[in-house]
Amino acid sequence: MKVINTLPRALKVKQIVQETEQVKTFILEGSVGAKPGQFVMAWLPGKDEKPFSVAMDNGLELHLAIAAVGPFSQAMHELKVGDLVGVRGPFGTTFSCEKGQHLAFLAGGYGAAPLYFFAHEAVAKDCTVEFIVGARRQDLLLYTEKIEALKNVNLHIATNDGSAGYAGFNTDLLTQIVEKEEIDCIYTCGPEIMMVKAAELAKAKGIDAQISVERYMKCGFGVCGNCCVDGTGEPSCVKGPVMSLEKVLKLTDFGKYHRDKLGKKQYFNAA
Amino acid sequence: MADLSVEFCGVKFPNPLVLASGVLGITGESMARVVRLGAGGVTSKSLWPHAHEGHPNPVVITSEHWMLNAVGIPDAGPEKAREEIARYRELSEAPFIANIVGANMEDYAAIAAEVVGMKPDIIEVNISCPNVEDEMGKPMACSVVKSAEVTKLVKKVLAENGAGGIPVTVKLSPNVENIVSIATSVLEAGADGITAINSVGPGMAIDIDFAKPILANKVGGLTGPAIKPLAVKYVYDIYKAHKCPIIGTGGVSCGRDAIEMMMAGATLVGVGSAVWLGGAEIFGDMVKEMNDWCDKNGVAKLSDLIGKVHSA
Repeated sequence: MKVINTLPRALKVKQIVQETEQVKTFILEGSVGAKPGQFVMAWLPGKDEKPFSVAMDNGLELHLAIAAVGPFSQAMHELKVGDLVGVRGPFGTTFSCEKGQHLAFLAGGYGAAPLYFFAHEAVAKDCTVEFIVGARRQDLLLYTEKIEALKNVNLHIATNDGSAGYAGFNTDLLTQIVEKEEIDCIYTCGPEIMMVKAAELAKAKGIDAQISVERYMKCGFGVCGNCCVDGTGEPSCVKGPVMSLEKVLKLTDFGKYHRDKLGKKQYFNAA
Repeated sequence: MADLSVEFCGVKFPNPLVLASGVLGITGESMARVVRLGAGGVTSKSLWPHAHEGHPNPVVITSEHWMLNAVGIPDAGPEKAREEIARYRELSEAPFIANIVGANMEDYAAIAAEVVGMKPDIIEVNISCPNVEDEMGKPMACSVVKSAEVTKLVKKVLAENGAGGIPVTVKLSPNVENIVSIATSVLEAGADGITAINSVGPGMAIDIDFAKPILANKVGGLTGPAIKPLAVKYVYDIYKAHKCPIIGTGGVSCGRDAIEMMMAGATLVGVGSAVWLGGAEIFGDMVKEMNDWCDKNGVAKLSDLIGKVHSA
């Protein structure tokens, strides 16, 4: 797929849903034709522009789930219905599945949003989905009610403090599920350390996987070079964010480091 | 199979296509990938003697015909550069061109001294970025005097550091009254070659729904297919005046474009914005197209075409 015109489109905020204390879903009027797993660049003139996974694009509306964690996302949280957001994209690769498969989704934090979008495609293809959502606490769990409402999707919850569902890491739940069920493919989006565990498990069990690798992205279309991963040297904005297990296993930076906006390595385990 | 190799200031390239500075070029592995996909060599993103912040997003936008960029020359400094270039050398044998930049003469002296240890095959001096004027003022490439001064300084520092043998090419701006007079002044100051052209403008794109310029920096350098006729003309002019080694760059997007640039006078052809149109895979497509064209037209040696349009 080729993106030639990468100019922003101004989309009007139609509705804002407070999902958790930190996360709001912005429902924008208009579609950019995004597929599950892809991202867009959201722009507020005079503020900044940042990449966000698409939480839904149904041909009429674009949904973005945004946590207020930095200056830009806080500026997004101050928007009102009727305000404009500049949107470039969609960019990057997509999640994909075959008809009638049994799938396991592993979402950590805001990773639930793009996987929720993909769940619609999966169930439309007669797949059954074991959807594992993890968070530190119950009140940080994202999209669990929406996920539960989907047909042929079984919701599994893990919280670190045990305030909801399984007490512990969501990767433990994934391990239990792949032990018990015949899973065709694992899909994961969230903190890299979690995705590393999912990749290791998939490899050990011989299960296919699709992994959403996040790096510092600027242009979104493979030119600026800031998001290139080591091991393949590919720009993750074009050859990712969704990568096959086979490709992720070739990455030498996965789970180890990412790069900041100057291209310098930043190690995940650095204090 | 035509012989596509070229020699630039004594450095041999398997083919004339080099990754232009500013596109990809941040990590050693990404540059090695560009070579794997077909490039004859690579140019780093501009290297500073110290860490330098770029501009906030949006930094690059494209329409069907052009790209506008104001990335703002971000770089983490020499320590990171050494590591990435070493990695590139582990993975690739194709020549490495280190593009260096500074905000003032002290910066150029410092990075020229630093870059020696990185052992580049060629050094390209960026004196022509059009999207950092707020910070650095008019590019040095706009002044006959300043462009000669910086060239002399870089040559002197290299010689003092025992690296006087590394060829130096100076990257010129098209946004001047007379690019040939700038080329003359840097060649007289000791430059071994010329890189032409840097991006055009700067230009601006406005989003009418917001009534705001799109780039955070408001203005950015114009590149892409739209600027190719300008680049070809300036390379033609410089070659006509000096018959010097030239890295011709600006809007080259296919094999035929690259041959056109060589006929104007380029020995090497820089490819940058075209990566937006075809990914880094475009290098392989271009090499194939050049090779097919040579075979079809009975050209055994591609380098015979350099400056061909000037012959009677």
